[in-house]
Amino acid sequence: MANNSAVLAAVVGIGQTKYQTKRGDVSIAGLVREAAVNALQDADLTFDDIDAVVIGKAPDMFEGIVMPECYLSDALGCNGKPMFRVHTAGSVGGSTALVAASHVQSGTFKRILTVTFEKQSESNAMWALSSPQPFSVHLNAGAGGYFAPIIREYMRRSGAPYDTGIKVAVKDRLHAVRNPLAHLHLPDITMKEVEESMMLWDPIRFLEACPSSDGACAMVIVSEDLAEKSPKPPAWIRGCAMRSEPTMYAGREEVNPQASRDCAADVYKQAGITNPRKDFDCAEVYVPFSWYEPMWLESLGFAEEGEGWKLTMSGATSLDEGGDIPWNCSGGVLSSNPIGASGMIRFAEAARQVRGDAGDHQVEGAKLALGHAYGGGAQFFAMWVVGADKP
Amino acid sequence: MQKIAIVAYSQSECVSQAGAFNEVELIMPQLREVFGQVGLTNAQDVDFTCSGSCDYLQGAAFAFVSGVDALGAVPPIKESHVEMDAAWALYESILKIRMGQAESALIYGFGKSSPGELPIVLSQQLDPYYLAPLWLDTVSMAAMQARLMLESGLITERDMAAVVARSRNNAMNNPRAQLSGAVSVDELLAEEMYVSPLRKSDCCPVSDGASAMIICTEDKAKEWGVPYALISGIDHRIETHNMGMRDLTDSVSTRKAAETAGVFDRPVDVAELYAPFSHQEIILSRALGLGDEIDINPSGGVLAGNLMMASGLSRFGEVFNRIISGDARRGIAHATSGPCLQHNLVAVIEGAA
Repeated sequence: MANNSAVLAAVVGIGQTKYQTKRGDVSIAGLVREAAVNALQDADLTFDDIDAVVIGKAPDMFEGIVMPECYLSDALGCNGKPMFRVHTAGSVGGSTALVAASHVQSGTFKRILTVTFEKQSESNAMWALSSPQPFSVHLNAGAGGYFAPIIREYMRRSGAPYDTGIKVAVKDRLHAVRNPLAHLHLPDITMKEVEESMMLWDPIRFLEACPSSDGACAMVIVSEDLAEKSPKPPAWIRGCAMRSEPTMYAGREEVNPQASRDCAADVYKQAGITNPRKDFDCAEVYVPFSWYEPMWLESLGFAEEGEGWKLTMSGATSLDEGGDIPWNCSGGVLSSNPIGASGMIRFAEAARQVRGDAGDHQVEGAKLALGHAYGGGAQFFAMWVVGADKP
Repeated sequence: MQKIAIVAYSQSECVSQAGAFNEVELIMPQLREVFGQVGLTNAQDVDFTCSGSCDYLQGAAFAFVSGVDALGAVPPIKESHVEMDAAWALYESILKIRMGQAESALIYGFGKSSPGELPIVLSQQLDPYYLAPLWLDTVSMAAMQARLMLESGLITERDMAAVVARSRNNAMNNPRAQLSGAVSVDELLAEEMYVSPLRKSDCCPVSDGASAMIICTEDKAKEWGVPYALISGIDHRIETHNMGMRDLTDSVSTRKAAETAGVFDRPVDVAELYAPFSHQEIILSRALGLGDEIDINPSGGVLAGNLMMASGLSRFGEVFNRIISGDARRGIAHATSGPCLQHNLVAVIEGAA
């Protein structure tokens, strides 16, 4: 097996846009540039300092631009440089961060700008995800319809109380109130309000689902020597892992996919994590539908199988309730969802925490954090561990 | 930089219509072939897998997701995908090997362009606000580029026809080619105009198919005991999207990538260039400083068959085959993306010492 000889890399700049339903004031190029400039300013760098650009987004059909890296080269100051485009379904934001990191970890480049985006107001995700294919089963359901039966199966197996998802929906929206960039700001949200919101895909209610957002997220990732000279604290990349499995196969475990467990085991091994709940100070995990919090708590080893909902219900994952392992302090995907960027926002928010730069949603003294993304039919996984301390 | 070994390569026939074959069925035979060349069973036997494809060719989001079905990804594998030609999937795989997270990688690219109108589909690659609404198709854009070259005296129509004639003649030795035959420059020039100044023969055909490759560290190649060639340098560069702001008669990005890849360090004897239009091969040859002594596109190149999203990877494979067979010692593989050669990737492939 390969031995890990990676060069150390760290995040030294993070830039995001304000997430909202519609950014009518900027083009797609303007949107990605805004995030990129914010990340460069955070790193005290300019476009001239960047060796290569790595971009990612969800399917081209969302905005209707084929291979948009061609069009976005100018806006991202990439002319004359290498431009790379990643696409791995909903996990793409995370995968893009990992591919960007590999540009540095391979010793090939010193400074990489990576940007992900979605401008959902200029797209139709439900349509793009539902176009029929010859010779294939047609799932005219979008993501919520796809995941609803899997959530039902989790509820059946775990015996979790029916309001676990409702609790997550409230908790993440209250976290979002602390994050000025979050799309949804619902300071007065209650369990009752979530429970009474429209049932979209039983058991997923309207307020238990992620919004559709416009937005972009960018990071600057640099090599060890440059990270040490960076004006603000770096977030050291302590582990990187990806896993994929097919959408359907006989005996596939859809509630707690093997690819998820394998990916977590891989990234924990690299970062020396043996007890995720104790070792991590916080986590940013891809939870587009509320019930995925307890499901991922179990899959990622923060709780025993069938016990994830207990952490949620006890407030362990809530910053407001003083939980020991806050999840999605930024408000998570439930509060902001520019699809192609959503995974990278998780990775970037994990990095913000260990840089001590997360503003009002900072977990005090956070040293080690998990960034997580998943996509497809819960079959593509990307994870990284970032730390305040150099490994 | 660490040299990376190519140990296996396979490409399907380029066909104008693959009919009822879906993408997985196009990919599977190529995977079986490359696994067989090394003595492997499936993607479980390599450390990393990366593919290149384009949703717009399939007409549905997530073209690559069904591709995963071709891999035998149970138990789960380390896998990634680029919405670019598979030559960039190769690039990502090289980074993975260089960083020590993999010793070997499977790369594949696939495209079934026939169900759509490819030149029109690719018009949606343009700036979505100012250019895409014009439905400016790729053939028309290439025609403008050729016109610029003709009018500035850089080429003649005869030069363009000579590129096509060589492609067709070379392709007679390539059983995978879609277009081949002994044609003369005069015969080609006698053909009617298609999108002036391009004749249909100046444009690559639309093809369906796939290609696959296995790469690894040199140590792994020795362990497997298979013949291999080494990628000694690779780089890629993009240029401005605004066609009015770049010199369309030159390819600055190709030259720059070639410098970093080490093309100019020592002579080469073969080059496989991803030139979808005849005049673009001349632009690329000049940017790379290729003289008459260089064997350019001995496979016929993409004018003999263009597997969108796989053609760039196939250029690597064609050079690899010639080095393994002893026909060449040092070669250039080139891939392109975007309108009028906007984005170019260049690599040097050498025989093992």
